[in-house]
Amino acid sequence: MDTPILEVSKMTMDFGGIRALDKLDLEVYSGEIAALIGPNGAGKTTFFNCLTGIYVPTRGDIFLNPPSGGKKVDLKGLLPNKVTEHGLARTFQNIRLFPRMTVLENVMIGRHCRTKAFIVGAIFRGPATRKEEKEILDMSYAILEQVGLQKFVNEYAQNLPYGAQRRLEIARALATEPSLLLLDEPAAGMNPQETQNLDELIRDISKGGLAILLIEHDMKLVMSLSDRIYVVDYGKKIAEGKPEEIRSNADVIKAYLGE
Amino acid sequence: MFSRKELQRCLLISLWFVFLTFPIMVIKVDPFERLVYWRWENILYVAVGSFFLSLLFRMLLRKNEGGGAEALGADSLEKTPIVTRILETPKYRNTLMLTVLTAALVFPHIFSTYQTNIMITALMYVVLGLGLNIVVGLAGLLDLGFVAFYAVGAYSYALLHLHFDIGFWIALPIGGFLAAMFGIVLGFPVLRLRGDYLAIVTLGFGEIIRLVLENWGDFSQGPSGISSIARPGFFGIELSLNSAIIYTYYLMIIAIIITIFVVNRLQDSRLGRAWIALREDEIACQAMGIDKRKTKLVAFSLGAFWAGIVGVVFAAKTTFINPASFTFLESAIILSIVVLGGMGSIVGVIVGAFILILLPEYLRALSEYRMLAFGAVLVMMMVFRPQGMIAAIRKTYTFKKDDQE
Repeated sequence: MDTPILEVSKMTMDFGGIRALDKLDLEVYSGEIAALIGPNGAGKTTFFNCLTGIYVPTRGDIFLNPPSGGKKVDLKGLLPNKVTEHGLARTFQNIRLFPRMTVLENVMIGRHCRTKAFIVGAIFRGPATRKEEKEILDMSYAILEQVGLQKFVNEYAQNLPYGAQRRLEIARALATEPSLLLLDEPAAGMNPQETQNLDELIRDISKGGLAILLIEHDMKLVMSLSDRIYVVDYGKKIAEGKPEEIRSNADVIKAYLGE
Repeated sequence: MFSRKELQRCLLISLWFVFLTFPIMVIKVDPFERLVYWRWENILYVAVGSFFLSLLFRMLLRKNEGGGAEALGADSLEKTPIVTRILETPKYRNTLMLTVLTAALVFPHIFSTYQTNIMITALMYVVLGLGLNIVVGLAGLLDLGFVAFYAVGAYSYALLHLHFDIGFWIALPIGGFLAAMFGIVLGFPVLRLRGDYLAIVTLGFGEIIRLVLENWGDFSQGPSGISSIARPGFFGIELSLNSAIIYTYYLMIIAIIITIFVVNRLQDSRLGRAWIALREDEIACQAMGIDKRKTKLVAFSLGAFWAGIVGVVFAAKTTFINPASFTFLESAIILSIVVLGGMGSIVGVIVGAFILILLPEYLRALSEYRMLAFGAVLVMMMVFRPQGMIAAIRKTYTFKKDDQE
């Protein structure tokens, strides 16, 4: 088996006396869609926040192996923007777009960490800056086409319908050119039709070779998309395996339905 | 048109006003004649006046709320207000800009020196407003101590002139640069703060600078200030007072054109987008790979730079400065310019600066009531147009691919 893109070992996160994550191990391999599921309050979003540098885990290690074959990167303790620069992009459970920026600009923000123009470039707009700006525009538009939002280009993000806002979050994350995409409940609040479209979109993104780690409550979506599933409860990993194994796992059923 | 309940409320309000204003409006004491006059007729005026004013307020409020609901459903970019539409159409915009520029150029030759002087002050506040607009309007960092940077600019010229006899043109970039440095100095401790906490720290910073200038006599000559600062030099030629003022006026016009150009370019650049993202959502902004610290520090220092430039011009214009010119009230006025005009909108800030600086000047006819009227205008503005007079709109892009669909 090849080396995983993301290696998390023994991650523990304490908030005062509460242990939100307890020695969690997790790997994501190149090109796969992995899912992280568990009852409400199991620590899934805390796990994402630890990965992306919003929290610093109490103990444990996070390593990223860039698929391009570069050196192993230790992500623990890095600032969120550094984590994104190293190729880990995320979406948020409660949509966090930039509401008073246009849809296109939201995606253009994603290109920030891959571009350089600064004060001087902004004021004098030399050839290098203009070229860079054009690349940002073209790439952002291409991503909007990929997620099917091209007709909203100049609309303010706050005016988009709910489902489109979720897609825009994904587009914005894609613009950072991640090697691993973290999706935090992308289908929350969507109707069956929107969920179906999302399923197709995620498959489409994954086809390009991008690894995806997904937190989701919609079991139909999780079972249809995932190659592997991790189940957590009270911050502990209780099961790991292929969808059909998880479906029949006694511990998982107990965690979700009680005894 | 009005329900009984609404009328009752208005009646209650007018009764309350009668009660409140009773001591000043009705009782009049003549201490020399030892007489007390009871001006009962004033009760009637207050009661009727406040009743109809509260009715009017209610009507406007209702209309405003109705309009708000309408605007929410509309396609925001399609249905923009007329001012923004004019600004977005190149033909109208160019005509407008040309008219404004011509008016600005001939202004000092038509109006008196007094008027020109007032106009210079207004122009200075335009640049100050545009500077603060970077910090508050674009980056969303509420800065209540902006006047500190203005003071740094003014004092750097005054002191350099006093001790080293350095001229205006050399002091100008130094003043701007020093203010920018102070912007970074302020920026470091407040990197983790936002909202009200940030506002309080910046407020403290502004006061610290003023208090230092006031009390460190050996350095700044304390409250007595620094006098006989040289006016801007004009190729070594001595100018009469009158032409010196006109010269300063044109300098400010050039400064404004440069400021508008720079701020306009900044706000649609990679850096400008990062500022707005920071304003909109700090956590998402970081998660999208934007270095929060760097972005904030650059916003603080670039905003402060303009304040420093204007500070140097201020010292040169008045030829005398003391710490009393740099009180918290100044910061509050500059902030009001940005908020009233429209946060993040260049045209808004310009209009805001003119209204806030020129209105009190031309309301002098109302003598002591002018500040009252001024306050009322501010309150009304914020109730009925919280987004500012001219709301900021973001740049739109067109793609060739759009046409083929």
